[in-house]
Amino acid sequence: MELSGAEIVVQALKDEGVETIFGYPGGSVLHIYDALFQQDDVKHVLVRHEQGATHAADGYARSTGKPGVVLVTSGPGATNAITGIATAHLDSIPMVVLTGQVPSALIGTDAFQEVDTTGISRPCSKHTFLVKRVEDLAETLRKAFYIATTGRPGPVVVDIPKDITDPSVKVPYEYPRNLKMRSYSPVKKGHLGQIKKAVELIYNAKRPIIYSGGGVVIDNASGTLVDLTRELGVPLTSTLMGLGAYPASDRQFLGMLGMHGNYEANMAMHEADVLIAIGARFDDRVTGHIAHFCPQAKIIHIDIDPSSISKNVRVDIPIVGSVKDVLNDMLRIIREDSRTIDNDGLTSWWERIEAWRGLGCLRYEQSDEVIKPQFAIETLHKVTGGDLYLTSDVGQHQMFAAQFYNFDKPRRWINSGGLGTMGFGLPAAMGVQMAHPDKQVACVTGEASILMCIQELATCKQHGLPLKIMLMNNGYMGMVRQWQEMFYEGRYSHSYVDALPDFVELTKSFGHVGMRVDKPSDLEAAMQEAFDRKDELVFMDILIDPTENVYPMIEAGKGHHEMAMSPASRQGDQP
Amino acid sequence: MKRHIISLLMENEAGALSNVSALFSARGFNIESLCVAPTDDPSLSRMTLVTTCSESVFEQITKQLNKLIDVVKLMDLSEGDHIEREMMLIKVRAEKEMREEIKRLAEIFRGKIIDVSDNSYVIEMTGDSDKLDAFVNVIPEDHVIEVVRTGVSGIARGVKSLTL
Repeated sequence: MELSGAEIVVQALKDEGVETIFGYPGGSVLHIYDALFQQDDVKHVLVRHEQGATHAADGYARSTGKPGVVLVTSGPGATNAITGIATAHLDSIPMVVLTGQVPSALIGTDAFQEVDTTGISRPCSKHTFLVKRVEDLAETLRKAFYIATTGRPGPVVVDIPKDITDPSVKVPYEYPRNLKMRSYSPVKKGHLGQIKKAVELIYNAKRPIIYSGGGVVIDNASGTLVDLTRELGVPLTSTLMGLGAYPASDRQFLGMLGMHGNYEANMAMHEADVLIAIGARFDDRVTGHIAHFCPQAKIIHIDIDPSSISKNVRVDIPIVGSVKDVLNDMLRIIREDSRTIDNDGLTSWWERIEAWRGLGCLRYEQSDEVIKPQFAIETLHKVTGGDLYLTSDVGQHQMFAAQFYNFDKPRRWINSGGLGTMGFGLPAAMGVQMAHPDKQVACVTGEASILMCIQELATCKQHGLPLKIMLMNNGYMGMVRQWQEMFYEGRYSHSYVDALPDFVELTKSFGHVGMRVDKPSDLEAAMQEAFDRKDELVFMDILIDPTENVYPMIEAGKGHHEMAMSPASRQGDQP
Repeated sequence: MKRHIISLLMENEAGALSNVSALFSARGFNIESLCVAPTDDPSLSRMTLVTTCSESVFEQITKQLNKLIDVVKLMDLSEGDHIEREMMLIKVRAEKEMREEIKRLAEIFRGKIIDVSDNSYVIEMTGDSDKLDAFVNVIPEDHVIEVVRTGVSGIARGVKSLTL
């Protein structure tokens, strides 16, 4: 088969099984767009800004496990995509980003819409390619998908100069199915000796805890994690990225840990004697002050990325390998072993944990007058029966959603954890809805975040995406305001979002349904109505308490045992 | 803090060198010298990197380098017996009585004078970095016109090797 470069791009996508891509045309990618036009297998979603394309592909990838694919033009097309590429990189999301480039002969001449795309994307992607010959294109694309989806996944950028896709130059095409790269061969199986050592440590533990992260979700290891945790009977806490991998409704789940984590989770981390870290990377938002982190614990760390191990925290038993494979091996060894974990130790450990849990760290003051954001998330859970794909933007609403929407399944909670990208929620939800057309998809957002990618409401109209947007409108950049209240004596420097649009009218002008709610008593019925409108995008402008803060909280420089509690929780007795 | 010499093989491809140097600046690692050229296998480049850092930082450097897609293999030369060499071209002012003096110093250091003009020499010298430093230090400062150094390259002693 002889194909042009443009046709090779489209054919390679088909051969990779790609059904949907997100993009925006421009000069350097016109040949590729022409090839896309002449086929029906690969569906293209036209966004309104390239940042939206990358977040949408990201949401698609997070909710399915399949790589997200983006197609944008050179110059500003590529630079607009960078925030989305960095977002995917920090959360290890498989993505292939195809960027047009000026013709090879013009590279380096400051040509129209030229930037050094591989140079700009290098530090925020897993790998970058610049295609130099059309003969290399198919193999480069195969490599891009292979690198993006294996090992610790991540975004791969393929920069394609316009002459490479010239429709008049045809070359033989064969998709290289069996690719081997001498410089890249991620390990899968963990070292059995290390796994056995870890099992010994777990058997001798008196106060063990599992700390599970996004790697469990990425590796589809949720089922194995649940089996192992139940087999051992030990408590489990999850990072922001790992939520849903272990059912939040289960008794062994202590909630999220870290800066806005649950008291019982953080205290258990502080008192633990054995910490089993699974697909988590000891991020600063999780550890608090490193010097106070898990002072008594021996640490087991399971991770596919060797460079994650002992990067921030020294570990005692590192196990490099796929989380799923390692957990399966661990489970098998434990099931074959006739011993049981120290039951007396575990019983008294659970007694202490239950006492911490009894404090009710997520308690908040109820109100009949004003909608509390926590109450809004609880209502969302009630109305959707917990069966929802929920994306979020960044800030207080993100933390409230993580704390109060109890996720029972993996790949349901979609948020920018590592980079903390405002503007992520709406386009990510589009990607999720494209992947799951028959499922309920909502985006919880704030009035500051939503304005960063509001233009994507037009994309939702064009592609008929019936998202439910839950705007927690407090008129402030809530998290910034909270820090200014706590650490800057209430000097609210530029955190007040003055001159907000009328979101209901704005939504209507895009052709969607807008609603405004400001009374707690109206909220449930309004949300129910929103979700009953199955074929329409409904934008709910929910006016919430402008002064509510996220608790509990570990302030910067403090340890897990030094949490600040909400006023409502402080009224209880600390055990 | 310890001085490490990392020797690595990487794909001889566009962007590979940038990937390595960008890694050092992005993660705040320090590079003292970096020396790179193709090998007998034209698809591979060999790079020698010198860095001084703590053991934990060094562990991260090697892990992060291994993580780069273009890096095929690496070793820490300073971990075992090894030879390190650096070449220097130094241009010095050589007039009157100093012409003889500098020539004699160059001979002591086993340097070669490879260019001569009425009032200058260019001296070629090979050795480990300390030796080259020592030579620069014995030439009076106002006589040094220009110093060009390649950076360290190195190889392990004995049969131990860094090959595919």
